Amino acid sequence: MSTTRIAGSGVETTVLGADEIILNMGPQHPSTHGVLRVKLRLDGEKVTGSECVIGYLHRGVEKIAEFRSYQQFAPYVDRMDYIAAVSNGLGYCEAVEKLLGAEAPPRAKVIRTILTELNRIASHLFWLGTHALDIGALTPLFYCLREREEILKIFENYCGARLTTHAFRIGGLQYEAYDAFEKDVERFCKDFDKRVDDYETLLTQNRIWVGRTKGIGVISAKDAIAMGVTGPVLRASGMEWDLRKAAPYAAYDQFEFSIPTCKNGDTYDRYLVRMEEMRQSRNICLQAIERIPAGPIMGKVGKVIKPPPGEVYVGIEAPKGELGYYVVSDGTTQPYRVRVRPPSLINLEALDQMVRGHLVADVVAIIGTLDIVLGEVDR
Amino acid sequence: MTNGPDEKQPTPPPKAAEPAGTPPGAKAEGAAPPPAPAKPAAAAPPKPPAPPPAPKEGPVPLDNELVKRYRARFGEAIREAAIDRKQAILTVAPEQLLEIARYTRDDERFDLLTDLTAVDWPKREKRFDVVLIVYSFAKLERLRIKAQVGDGEPAPSVVSVWPTADWLEREVYDMFGIPFAGHPNLKRLLLPEEWEGFPLRKDYDILQQDDAWVRENLGIESGQ
Repeated sequence: MSTTRIAGSGVETTVLGADEIILNMGPQHPSTHGVLRVKLRLDGEKVTGSECVIGYLHRGVEKIAEFRSYQQFAPYVDRMDYIAAVSNGLGYCEAVEKLLGAEAPPRAKVIRTILTELNRIASHLFWLGTHALDIGALTPLFYCLREREEILKIFENYCGARLTTHAFRIGGLQYEAYDAFEKDVERFCKDFDKRVDDYETLLTQNRIWVGRTKGIGVISAKDAIAMGVTGPVLRASGMEWDLRKAAPYAAYDQFEFSIPTCKNGDTYDRYLVRMEEMRQSRNICLQAIERIPAGPIMGKVGKVIKPPPGEVYVGIEAPKGELGYYVVSDGTTQPYRVRVRPPSLINLEALDQMVRGHLVADVVAIIGTLDIVLGEVDR
Repeated sequence: MTNGPDEKQPTPPPKAAEPAGTPPGAKAEGAAPPPAPAKPAAAAPPKPPAPPPAPKEGPVPLDNELVKRYRARFGEAIREAAIDRKQAILTVAPEQLLEIARYTRDDERFDLLTDLTAVDWPKREKRFDVVLIVYSFAKLERLRIKAQVGDGEPAPSVVSVWPTADWLEREVYDMFGIPFAGHPNLKRLLLPEEWEGFPLRKDYDILQQDDAWVRENLGIESGQ
């Protein structure tokens, strides 16, 4: 295939080989998890190249931030990765707190940790359900959504919202944990272990699942780093790196957990890593509910948030990878610039490398295994 | 409330991976930080555990081992080194950005380009800051590299050093209109190709699109 540009006209003409076709996938395609459009170049059914067309869900979040006060912008971040809104909120609050030189009180930090880990489980459950569905396993979806519902109920009881929670505030929390909070979290975590085992009995040894995922979409740790890939995708390639350990935020330094890794960097390994991460998140929650310290939930920040001029970058380990906020202050009540480092966007960039040589049906598996949310890709 | 000398040292914010060796002079002298935020008006519930003193933050010059190595290697191309909120920032000459990027990856082992973005300062002579945020797995450190470029002036593309910069530079081009010299496929990333203007520039009015649409389709002036 070759591409020629007709001089001056801006028209691009693509010349295909005799066996080649271009296949358009999306943006209205159920397995692209939103409005992702991928142009695939095929040789027979084998993918020889791809190009993502994104931006269908672009809402100009970074521009909006420049016209809102620091607090007013906080609910907007929930609308990026809406599957893991709590993580988005945590990253933003941590960044602005660092910009202010403020800190959330210990009680707030532990409650933040619990909610964020529950959200990680919810995000991974949603990933597992939809990913399995894409590959043809219908049952896990129902189980996963059933458990996710329990978590959403905890969120609802805590702050009134299920999806776009706006659970945290700059400087701490607005809401005290409700009376049965610890009990609810404990009840969920107590038998969640067995639930994960159940999913594993459905999939881990399942011949179709193994056949569809093993050796599919392989990316080495070296390539993953070059492509900026973070999160479970990087860990499945053998890189033991997790920002919760490398640069602890919230209350992660108080709890014990391990960083699951695998070696092969294929779709199957990414599945195993995320399954283990759910177990680890559950462990963190169980430890944390035992150790919620007493005390205030809001640190000393004013009603008017006016950070001194300067800038800060804070990255957290969101369910999808490193979620970063680069916030520049000019000393007023509105951020001068907010840049979001979206893990979904940067992980999606590696798609082209991962799909080459595979079949069209595998593209679906690889998009699923990257665990992208288009709200975050496009912002 | 001012930043008088009587102010206590701020409690360090949560520890993140920082470049080692905060300079001893980090808070003593330096680019006198502007006024701190207004005193909180008792908004929070009473009795915070240990009230953090009013923040005294802002960029101050930095001269640690890392900066010395960069200065020894690139001399004048390292225009400024600063530390802000315990995060190191190097401002470099844009002409040398590519070599500095390569050195950063290979010798200083910042192997992950976490993010590449830009900030618009329209009143400045060179209005854009191209900002690279890099991370080292070996040292668990972050570093920010900035290069100032003027309107329409190309910044060197670092795709050859960190392939992940491909989309990130396209997004910066899309939003700020900074052309990246040497980029393999520089076109808009998020916005449609026929989009006019660069939305994240400070002089791009958020009502511009609405008004243009109303004018074109309804033939009236927008009432917004």
